[in-house]
Amino acid sequence: MKGRILGILVIVIWGLARLPIETRISAAQKANRLGDFKITATLRQQAGQAGFIAVLGGLRAAVADLLWIRAYVAWQDTQWGKMKLLFDVCTALQPRRVMFWDNAAWHMAWNASVHALNDKAKVPEPVERWRNQQQYLKLGEDYMLRGIQNNPDSWELYDRLGWFYRDKMNDKLKSAEAYEEASKRPGRLDYVRRQAAIQLAEVPGREDEAYRKLLALYREGEKEWLPTLLKKIQLIERKLKIPQNQRVYIPPEDRLPPE
Amino acid sequence: MIVFALILIGMSLFLVSLSFQGQIQTLMNVSLGAMSVFSMFLAILSTAMLLPKDMEDRTLYTILAKPVARFEYLLGKLCGVAAMLTVAMVLMTLFFSAVLFVWQEREMSRIATEHPVAEAAQAEAAGKAPAGVSADLAQKRDLEMSKLKAMTFTPTLFGGIAVILLRAMVIAALTLMVSAFSTSWLFTVIATFMVVLVGFLVPVARDVWQGQAGIGNDLPGYLKLFLGGVTIFCPDMQVFNVVDDIADGAVVTAQMFMQTASLGFGYLAVYLFAGYLFFAWREL
Repeated sequence: MKGRILGILVIVIWGLARLPIETRISAAQKANRLGDFKITATLRQQAGQAGFIAVLGGLRAAVADLLWIRAYVAWQDTQWGKMKLLFDVCTALQPRRVMFWDNAAWHMAWNASVHALNDKAKVPEPVERWRNQQQYLKLGEDYMLRGIQNNPDSWELYDRLGWFYRDKMNDKLKSAEAYEEASKRPGRLDYVRRQAAIQLAEVPGREDEAYRKLLALYREGEKEWLPTLLKKIQLIERKLKIPQNQRVYIPPEDRLPPE
Repeated sequence: MIVFALILIGMSLFLVSLSFQGQIQTLMNVSLGAMSVFSMFLAILSTAMLLPKDMEDRTLYTILAKPVARFEYLLGKLCGVAAMLTVAMVLMTLFFSAVLFVWQEREMSRIATEHPVAEAAQAEAAGKAPAGVSADLAQKRDLEMSKLKAMTFTPTLFGGIAVILLRAMVIAALTLMVSAFSTSWLFTVIATFMVVLVGFLVPVARDVWQGQAGIGNDLPGYLKLFLGGVTIFCPDMQVFNVVDDIADGAVVTAQMFMQTASLGFGYLAVYLFAGYLFFAWREL
């Protein structure tokens, strides 16, 4: 009995002593975005009992992958609602996986939204279809924004957001802002800088700023003299009525027809 | 058990073919998950049998009749299990590394094929492709390749595997401690599994108990007492659960590894000592 009492006492003392240490390590891990997943009711429902235990036992990433494969099957069957539920679980399990956020957003904003708009068999009223499409667009945007919240260093998610605002919402200002943010992130590809300037050139009242950005890119050398950039520069010079002698040199093959 | 783990790691090659994106990540997740789970099972099942078996075939009495202290006996058992776990983990890591290497090479050649920089440069020179295409293509190829390399054979990955091993050792020490007072190996296995499983929820219990989750203050007293008990008696297993995020590209600093390792060794020492206290006064 004496041994048992002493043993329990040691465990209790250790339990109290390690409390601040573990709290500190947990906080440091969360600050470094480790183990920052949320246990939700949807997770329990979607992963099942065994899956839930597997998640707790160190198979979180593997369970997320298996659910992702399930989402792929749901996509093949165009079960958008089921896909969304599965995406929610996958992103909750692995919030650091940029690919999950990116693909979930793409499926909702591109595939599901277009399907909703064209689904005349199930929804005959055009207004209803349009409303459904808007809901899916909103869902796609939401995935990108939440993805950015969880992965603030990801240039890819800002890039997709810029793409979304440009092609789906026709909001050039927001698109330019998103591309601008993407251009500030490490590892980004060069085109996001061009897109930031090109989209801004389409925003009424921001032409001067856009022109400065386009010129800065132009001055980086011939590697940046791509057809779209040169076309935008010419159009904006015409819009801003820049005198002919102050306009930049455009190679003959890229020159626009005279006004 | 190790064979099962190796089969599962090998099977991950098949599993990745089901995944339509992020194959390398799927491979790593499944393999690391298998290592994580099997090391846990291995630690519990192999340790739970040690003491009861020695008692059953009376080896224990022969050993303790010699000038071997009970503490030394337990320490020897723990060291043996730790050595076995290390060998198992090294085997699994070697096999996993081989599978990962094969897959990485396949991915590298795929990326190179999908980004035909030389052909683009030729087309550019011949005026068949717009200027800058080959440079853009080369940039994309390099980015994909560097991403791939950054997520495969990194020091963080092997550090994560070391944390899995440490966790398995902590679980082994916990099992040994339970078996020091338990009278049946089945009880030891079940009780340890329960404690380990609850251990994965300790951070949640701790946050609620300390009122950090925003709901702890409204809880009735008995529930708070229960959560406090869970926090104090069960080991925090989530602290050692970093490998999922490492597979996702998270970088763990050396300082964090050191903190986790120190905590793990603390657990080992305390469980061994508590196990000794249970065992020292036990009538054999």
